[in-house]
Amino acid sequence: MSEHPIVRAGAKLLVPCILLFALYVQFHGDFGPGGGFQAGAIFGAGCILYGLVFGVDALARVVAPRLVQQVAAAGVLLFALVGVAALLGGGTYLDYDALLPDPIAGQHLGILLIELGVGATVSAVMLGLFFSFTRG
Amino acid sequence: MSTWHLINAGLLGFMVAVAIAVAALRNLFAAVMLFAIYSLSAATLFVALDAVDVAFTEAAVGAGISSILMLATLAATDGREKQHRHRRALPLVLCLALAVVLFAGLHDLAPVGDPAAPAHVHVAPRYLSETATEVGVPNVVTAVLASYRGYDTLGEAVVIFTAGLGVTALLGGHFRRRRSGKNGDV
Repeated sequence: MSEHPIVRAGAKLLVPCILLFALYVQFHGDFGPGGGFQAGAIFGAGCILYGLVFGVDALARVVAPRLVQQVAAAGVLLFALVGVAALLGGGTYLDYDALLPDPIAGQHLGILLIELGVGATVSAVMLGLFFSFTRG
Repeated sequence: MSTWHLINAGLLGFMVAVAIAVAALRNLFAAVMLFAIYSLSAATLFVALDAVDVAFTEAAVGAGISSILMLATLAATDGREKQHRHRRALPLVLCLALAVVLFAGLHDLAPVGDPAAPAHVHVAPRYLSETATEVGVPNVVTAVLASYRGYDTLGEAVVIFTAGLGVTALLGGHFRRRRSGKNGDV
């Protein structure tokens, strides 16, 4: 697809907006529709659009396939560690009240962190699937 | 019949038409595009049902990522479906039987928006009334997914990770290439 100037120009305009929108969905999920899962899917789609238009090798220079696998694992690990942190804080597993002295602030921190973990895992798995499908 | 009934009926009818077109088409590129349209109609239907978060997911995953992955698969294979010569009676009978079972099950579903439905009288009222004081986020869906149902969401993240791991183990594209490239250098 890289030889079509309209597609290239359109992708160049769209990809930053898509990635920014993904971050908005990620961090605004507490207040509006959205959250880690949707944000991860949108972020992954933005990166994949870049890969479709400019080539998989260009995408691999931006996000290394090895890094993608590590991020996918790190997201799940972050989620699980938030649960362990709640245990250490004196609560039950994944009880965010125990993360901070103020329960509401603890809930906010816990939700922020686990949404981050979900978003990282989802976007990395989407990218990993794309790499597996196109570089196999 | 209210406007909402008309909108829902129109969307569902459109989805049935798209589904039939997908089944009938032999051009796989067109079928992938119709799949995306199907997902987008489903997302619109979820918006009409006030399930905005689900609609968001459906639009991002169904219309976005799935279409891209199917296009990537098409790019690696052939764009046209092979002609099959086997009999089509058995699949048709199976589909009709499944449809009969599903329609029979419809009678046990509560009407849409029924306040006395089991889903609305169990834990939902507590989530709706206590989220503001217990969790303190305005979006109750996020509070339920991330806080009240944190275990489920952790399970989902693990499922997604495992699925990605499985695909990488089966196809394993970039790792194999990386290793062979290294051997080529030596």
